[in-house]
Amino acid sequence: MIIKNGTVYDPANNINGEKVDIFIEKGKIVDESELRDKKEIEASGLVVLPGGVEIHTHIAGSKVNIARIMRPEDHRKDVVRKTPYQRSGTGYTVPTTFTIGYRYAEMGYTTVWEAAAPPLGARHSHEELLDIPIVDKGIFTLMGSNYFVLKYTEEGEFEKLKNFVAWLLHATKGYAVKIVNPGGVESWKWGKNVSSLDDTVQNFNVTPREILKNLARAADELHLPHSIHVHCNNLGSPGNYAITRETIEMLSPYRRHITHIQFNSYAGEDWGTFTSGGSDIAATLNKSKNVTCDVGQVIFGDATTMTADGPWQHTLFKLSGNKWANSDVEMETGAGIVPYRFKKKNVVNAIQWSIGLEVLLLTEDPYKVFLTTDHPNAGPFYHYPQVMELLMSRKKREEMLETVHPLVKERSVLPSIEREYSLSDLAVVTRAGTARALGMTAKGHLGVGADADISIYRFDEEQIQKSFQKAAYTIKDGVIVVKDGTVVADHMGKTYVLDVKADLSEEERQIFSKYYTVQVSNYPVEEAYLPQKEVVTCR
Amino acid sequence: MIHEDVVCPFCGCLCDDIAVTTEDNMITDVKNGCAISKSKFMNHHLNLLESALVDNMKVSLDEAVGRAVEILTNADNPLIYGLSSTECEAQRHAIHLAELLGATIDQTASVCHGPTILGTQDAGCVKCTLGEVKNRADLIIYWGCNPAEAHIRHFRRYSVFPEGLFRKSKKEREVVVVDVRNTASARIATTFLQIAPGTDFETISLMRAYLKGKGDALPDEFKNLVERMKRCEFGIMFFGLGLTMSRGKHLNVDAALRLVRDLNEYTKFSITPMRGHYNVAGAGSTMAWITGYPFAVNFSMGYPVSNPGEFSAVDVLARKECDAALIIASDPVANFPAESWKHLADIPTIVMDPKVSLTSRIAKVSIPVATAGIEAEGTAYRMDGIPLRLKKVVDTTRLSDAAVLSRMIEKVRA
Repeated sequence: MIIKNGTVYDPANNINGEKVDIFIEKGKIVDESELRDKKEIEASGLVVLPGGVEIHTHIAGSKVNIARIMRPEDHRKDVVRKTPYQRSGTGYTVPTTFTIGYRYAEMGYTTVWEAAAPPLGARHSHEELLDIPIVDKGIFTLMGSNYFVLKYTEEGEFEKLKNFVAWLLHATKGYAVKIVNPGGVESWKWGKNVSSLDDTVQNFNVTPREILKNLARAADELHLPHSIHVHCNNLGSPGNYAITRETIEMLSPYRRHITHIQFNSYAGEDWGTFTSGGSDIAATLNKSKNVTCDVGQVIFGDATTMTADGPWQHTLFKLSGNKWANSDVEMETGAGIVPYRFKKKNVVNAIQWSIGLEVLLLTEDPYKVFLTTDHPNAGPFYHYPQVMELLMSRKKREEMLETVHPLVKERSVLPSIEREYSLSDLAVVTRAGTARALGMTAKGHLGVGADADISIYRFDEEQIQKSFQKAAYTIKDGVIVVKDGTVVADHMGKTYVLDVKADLSEEERQIFSKYYTVQVSNYPVEEAYLPQKEVVTCR
Repeated sequence: MIHEDVVCPFCGCLCDDIAVTTEDNMITDVKNGCAISKSKFMNHHLNLLESALVDNMKVSLDEAVGRAVEILTNADNPLIYGLSSTECEAQRHAIHLAELLGATIDQTASVCHGPTILGTQDAGCVKCTLGEVKNRADLIIYWGCNPAEAHIRHFRRYSVFPEGLFRKSKKEREVVVVDVRNTASARIATTFLQIAPGTDFETISLMRAYLKGKGDALPDEFKNLVERMKRCEFGIMFFGLGLTMSRGKHLNVDAALRLVRDLNEYTKFSITPMRGHYNVAGAGSTMAWITGYPFAVNFSMGYPVSNPGEFSAVDVLARKECDAALIIASDPVANFPAESWKHLADIPTIVMDPKVSLTSRIAKVSIPVATAGIEAEGTAYRMDGIPLRLKKVVDTTRLSDAAVLSRMIEKVRA
């Protein structure tokens, strides 16, 4: 296939709005000389980008499904009919599996990562991935309060910890080390929390600082393609930008990705004095190396908050009075779910909204900061085009600022920011940058050898949001899966796993059989759940 | 040959340490399982549906599947029901089939823990996996359930007796049983509290009021219980059909969910339903991730709509709204109210089951299938939501539920 005469933005290959033809053969981008199938897509006047690469979303597994079960009121207002190419489903903030695949593809996204799988429930996460069509996908494995991680950190047994991390990634068919409120999730199992990097975890003589350092070092020494993926301590609390900054700094020189950093960039002492810490966090990012983050941009309207950060969800339940689910997992982790609504006229919500944009706009290198809404925590992923418009147009930001709580103008520097994203910047924070941070060498660019995952848009500067809402074409593995914003093919993507291998020691097996309630032999996720997999080498 | 660590396909405990011995493709011994588990494995080959049947005449599998598809595609409002005693792959196919047919699909939770789901939709649910109970619980309450007879290894594997990380034996735990009668489970308890039938809602609501300083009318023994609930380090309440299927139904569960939720102001407290069939949790799970709703779903609009009472199987049947039915791994004639199951006998009913059942006796089409977890692999979800891989320990020529349903889907789409 040839994509002809399109205006191509491929920042990873330094192509910035040039007319370049793209040649596709057997699902890959190839040199013109290798082309056999001469089918053409006439793309004159259209913008051609690599397929979107989502670095952090919640789309599959136990907490997502508890949210679906808990929120029938959410689904009723957003129904999806079956078509010859499409299964039916429902939204709104917690869409069904098939609908998730279609909506990402309609928007031009072709790779998505479930950012938090409890190891004991990993089989569930993978089972749901089997019902998410079109996109490539995979899971990050929760480790920040794992019993063995805490035990080996306490005992100073780094090599054992590293071996365990490798085994757990293998057993769960996970791709990255996910850390949520390190130590705090274990303390929550006794109704407690931690609030500084040097607090001691309940019943373990370890601190969040030690857990983070050990896991960051293990991820680097195992040469995992993605760094540790960190949801910091104190998420959601006024004044938490300090612990975020400290976490970024103290983890140097290890690679680290700080996720949904908006929720961790708050200044002020309490809800009354709540103010933005976004510019401070951006300054920290600007001067630090080996660090990336995604923002978790607030979208006004309904959201469903869901995270392994159980204690925070209990706080949010008390703040909001909404229904609350909690789900603690033996030896490993936990989760909490609370429906939430972000309101323009709520001063805290409005400042939260401004912070994500501040971080996106004040961080100079777009390869360090990525667009997410921490779906569905700060809002549904299919509202990304709203944010794209705000990033590319100062005028739109000013219009929006007039509609939100007026205190934002005093407590955020957003009104003074002049920067407007170029299409190339946008392609970095949604594609090239995320793919690079994830170590996915065949994604996020359009060079020879890349996967033929491509999105093509009818771009109109006056209607940026509309331009990106529905792709003119989404091509996945060389197949046209979306045309004019509608799914036109029944296609299944691959699940990404690592080639890590490790065994448990006899001692670990004994601990396992004593304190888990499943047999160790029944714990690892079987190959049956990976009918289409892509194995990535760690080196 | 000995198959180790086999998952038991009987109850929601989903014990995964069963050792099954087979000789010449026959199960000859079962170790570690409870009496029910042993019986399920040892007797899986008895009382089988010997052949595919249409109108009680033996036919080939293809013919039976063809006839089933003809009935389902010609129906205006078909019903698919069952699902909780088969693997998730079959459930996923059944939902797909329902979508293609524009059918109503419901699973057995609607006559079991459906009210638990409704309660959760109202109040949320503070739960934990069973290993958390084993490792941490110092106060265990069983309310309206009788695990000694229904979930036989629950005490031993998950709650009262096992050694956990922070609790070394039963001595470090307090066990309370609340029920309308003195059950076998009550004998294990350190405290048994008997309540009058139909008073669960008022008792629990008063407990919650007392927790908030207002429950003067609460009997002293329950005031004492609330105090202990506040004081414990890690509490858990397990509940069964005594709450969900007695007067008040989801209101009872709602009250219990809110009580436990509010206890988390004082300590750590969780609540977990004692799910019955081994994969009823999976049925709710698969339906939720594909349709958004865990039970009572209708596809006639081309998209899923859920409304328990409207699209729950008992009600659809009692109102004679469906004109054909596909029953998968369930026996509604044995346990539905007469006005509901009688309609199944009046319409063309298709049954997929390994065994002869009361429902297969009234069915127009019977399709014998492999027994999931014994003759077929697949996924099942434990009562606390933990997914495990069912194993195949003996071979069979019969197709799994998933394989039969996938053939039906092919034919419907053709």
